[in-house]
Amino acid sequence: MSGFVDKLLSRNPNSASTAKERLQLVLIHDRTDLTPTQLDTLRNELIDVISKYVNIDRQAVRINMSQEGREQRLIADIPLKSATKRR
Amino acid sequence: MTARVVTFSSGKGGVGKTTTTANLAVALASTNQRVVCIDGDIGLRNLDVVMGLENRIVYDLVDVIEGRCRVRQAMIRDKRYENLFLIPAAQTRDKTAVSPSDMVRLCNELRPEFDWILIDSPAGIERGFRNAIAPADIVVVVTNPEVSALRDADRIIGLVEAEEKGPARLVINRLNAAMVKRGEMLDTNDVLELLAIELLGIVPEDEQVIISTNRGQPVALDDKSKAGKAFQNIARRLNGEDVPYLPLDGGNNFFNKIGKMFKPGGN
Repeated sequence: MSGFVDKLLSRNPNSASTAKERLQLVLIHDRTDLTPTQLDTLRNELIDVISKYVNIDRQAVRINMSQEGREQRLIADIPLKSATKRR
Repeated sequence: MTARVVTFSSGKGGVGKTTTTANLAVALASTNQRVVCIDGDIGLRNLDVVMGLENRIVYDLVDVIEGRCRVRQAMIRDKRYENLFLIPAAQTRDKTAVSPSDMVRLCNELRPEFDWILIDSPAGIERGFRNAIAPADIVVVVTNPEVSALRDADRIIGLVEAEEKGPARLVINRLNAAMVKRGEMLDTNDVLELLAIELLGIVPEDEQVIISTNRGQPVALDDKSKAGKAFQNIARRLNGEDVPYLPLDGGNNFFNKIGKMFKPGGN
């Protein structure tokens, strides 16, 4: 019954959705053998390399792991700073 | 006859591999097919007690592999079905007593005489698991709808793919419909989305499983039990039948609730 009251007052998301979110993250790292720290390092090094050639906004770079079936995909969204604006 | 070899695996222990193996063996045998199960859990044998055949063991899997007896001598005939057999695991040895190629050789010897060879894999991802999947035509991953079991199942699915034994198929065991309804247990869709493999069956949590295992009688023999029915359906799907999934509302729709008010403790 208290679970029902909690739900009404939306005190807590139900535990099944918490489990799902946690598993989604854990499985990505298990499947790729890549820890969150390593992914962070990868992100920074990638930004460094790209910055050598084009001007980018470090804060706007998004690098995420996505899943299609059992296939993992590394997706990078790197907005370029407009070259004309700097002139 | 050329048997299909099905291996039941899970990574994590205690999710119901042995129960699933025993019940599918019985369910397949009840349709007059010739079935042999092999307990791959050397050192921790259990398929014999779950099937109620523990008093009949003379020889075991390692005796066969090491040539102390012929395969036939190690096959225990089931009490209920004369077309069902068990090759028990050795209890006093460990997994290194058998190699993956031994298992392939053994299954090739058995294939012509059976419709189904079911292998109960031990927990873990080491030698025992490798032995169990080496001869497999189909790998069935058994899991429970909880985080640790699902994480290990995902790992097993990956390893099965890497060994080119995939795609594995999934049995979700011990699903508690009432908890799903309350949002306190992952439901079938969540599990399939996370693991991204094909479903073979859903077995509801059912205390009848423990009761029948206490007696050494697999629950699939009991038509009235929900879990037993679910195992029978899985067996039919293995046979290629298109069987709809049981409604898993746990009798919790409006009318059943009203009914329950008048029948306390019902269902």
